[in-house]
Amino acid sequence: MTAVLTDRPAPPSAARIALRRVGLELRLFFRERQQVVFSFAYPVIMLVIFAAVLGGDERPGDVPFTHYFLAGIAATGIMLTSFQAIGTTIASERENGQLERLQLLGTPPAAYFAGKAGQVLVTTAAQLALLLPLAHYAYDVPMPADLQHWLTFAWVAVLGALAGTVLGVAVSALRGSAASVTTGISAFAIVLQFFSGVFFGFAELPGWMQQAAALFPLKWLTQGMRSAFLPEQASAFEIAGGWEHGRTALVLVAWVIIGAVVCVRTFRWRRVDA
Amino acid sequence: MTTTQAAPRPAATATQTEPAVRMRGLVKRYGGRAVVDGLDLDVARGEVFALLGPNGAGKTTTIEILEGVRRRDDGEVRVLGVDAARGGRDWRARIGVVSQGEGTAQELSVREMLDHFAGYHATPRPTTELIGAVGLEEKAATRVGRLSGGQRRRLAVALGVQGRPELVFLDEPTTGMDPVARRQFWELIRGLRADGTTVLLTTHYLDEAAELADRVGVVADGRLVEVAPPDELGAELRRLATVRWAEDGAVREVRTESPGAVLRDLLAGPGDVPGLTVTRPSLEDVYLSLVGTPSTRPAAPEGDLR
Repeated sequence: MTAVLTDRPAPPSAARIALRRVGLELRLFFRERQQVVFSFAYPVIMLVIFAAVLGGDERPGDVPFTHYFLAGIAATGIMLTSFQAIGTTIASERENGQLERLQLLGTPPAAYFAGKAGQVLVTTAAQLALLLPLAHYAYDVPMPADLQHWLTFAWVAVLGALAGTVLGVAVSALRGSAASVTTGISAFAIVLQFFSGVFFGFAELPGWMQQAAALFPLKWLTQGMRSAFLPEQASAFEIAGGWEHGRTALVLVAWVIIGAVVCVRTFRWRRVDA
Repeated sequence: MTTTQAAPRPAATATQTEPAVRMRGLVKRYGGRAVVDGLDLDVARGEVFALLGPNGAGKTTTIEILEGVRRRDDGEVRVLGVDAARGGRDWRARIGVVSQGEGTAQELSVREMLDHFAGYHATPRPTTELIGAVGLEEKAATRVGRLSGGQRRRLAVALGVQGRPELVFLDEPTTGMDPVARRQFWELIRGLRADGTTVLLTTHYLDEAAELADRVGVVADGRLVEVAPPDELGAELRRLATVRWAEDGAVREVRTESPGAVLRDLLAGPGDVPGLTVTRPSLEDVYLSLVGTPSTRPAAPEGDLR
């Protein structure tokens, strides 16, 4: 028998495909203007607008408004480049059949997720690298005071981006068209920003709003950012009277785990048939 | 050779001798209605097989079950010796698919797209060769979002055969292609076949099935109504010829298995026989009667649709 033997080398590893996907995702991100504007330029524009309107105000603890606001808008930026960008793009990639192609190629889901996560890390870093110098040089906002504060900034940012990524993958599985998923995610993100003390001082919000916000990562992300950017005495004006680093880490890690479990259980390559 | 020698590994033997595709009693139901209703079919290795049938006949559902992306409700399905519902990555690497629903990122050029996906295969066909094979040379630097529907189909075909698959599924591959592109596609399929690739395609186009396929399976209402080489499809139906002529200002028509005898009688008479024609059902007529739709067109002379 001289049947053609099926001796083909094993397909490339998930890690190699993941690397390729990071490159692809980044290229696509920067080619899609809408993406760049919505999740990338938004924090910068908001900083400029709010600084122009409320720049002279102060928050409790002699904290100028722009100092307080930078922490919030940096956290928002992380949410946008992770949660919102991932949730909306996966929904539309599924709807227009791009994920079907990946499925037919036998792409390991982990490689696809890793590509998204890599994109989030790079775009988030780029966004912060734009936002922080702008805040510092144009609005005199002090940067984290020392290495320890920078480390706080780093772990809060990474955990926040990670939570946002897995939750973005999770919500992309919602039923409905990509357009409706996108609208839902955007609406949720906007409301969450108000609830989480991005625009207003968190302590000034009504109790029910504070309690609702405490269930979601953004409130903890903004609080963590404040602990990195604001002076120590400002912590006295937090609801708990301190920065609550332990609880912040706990809540963010919990959301990473919850999101990952939901992802694994609900991720689909294809839209659900009617 | 002695009897004590170890038996050949069963898996390897099965993989080599089993047909490329084997289905038995395949059933798929949607909301209680069977859209695939007991399909039995073997596709041999190296064969080009066309599933032909009207919209909603169950072709796409069948092919998606074979691709392992849709679950079946009943029956047995083995593709390259593996249960299609359980095929892993190594199995997928041996299969190429051109589906109807797939999409590609709009913001990449044709070449970028193929270069990217080359990285998903162990031994991809070179991008330039692929672009040439599907005739997209002039569009290589064009972004996918600016391609026409037919050009996108060609890109999908290129992506489907990029990994040098042993078996290729093509679901209505030429929909939206212009005649030149279709012929180019046919060449590509002939090339695959010459390499020993098994091809299973669905199509609406009879000429395409006749042109490419070793065997054609006609599907209607989720059942295979006939499987035969294109020439022999509906052999019984084709045996009947229609002899027509004009007599006293009216068209006379006789359907017969032996038109020769009818002609001899006619020509034996005095004078000319005006408007004399002998027609056999075209492939299209055969197809339409097989899928249960009466032909609305007058029978074309035999061979018209080849």
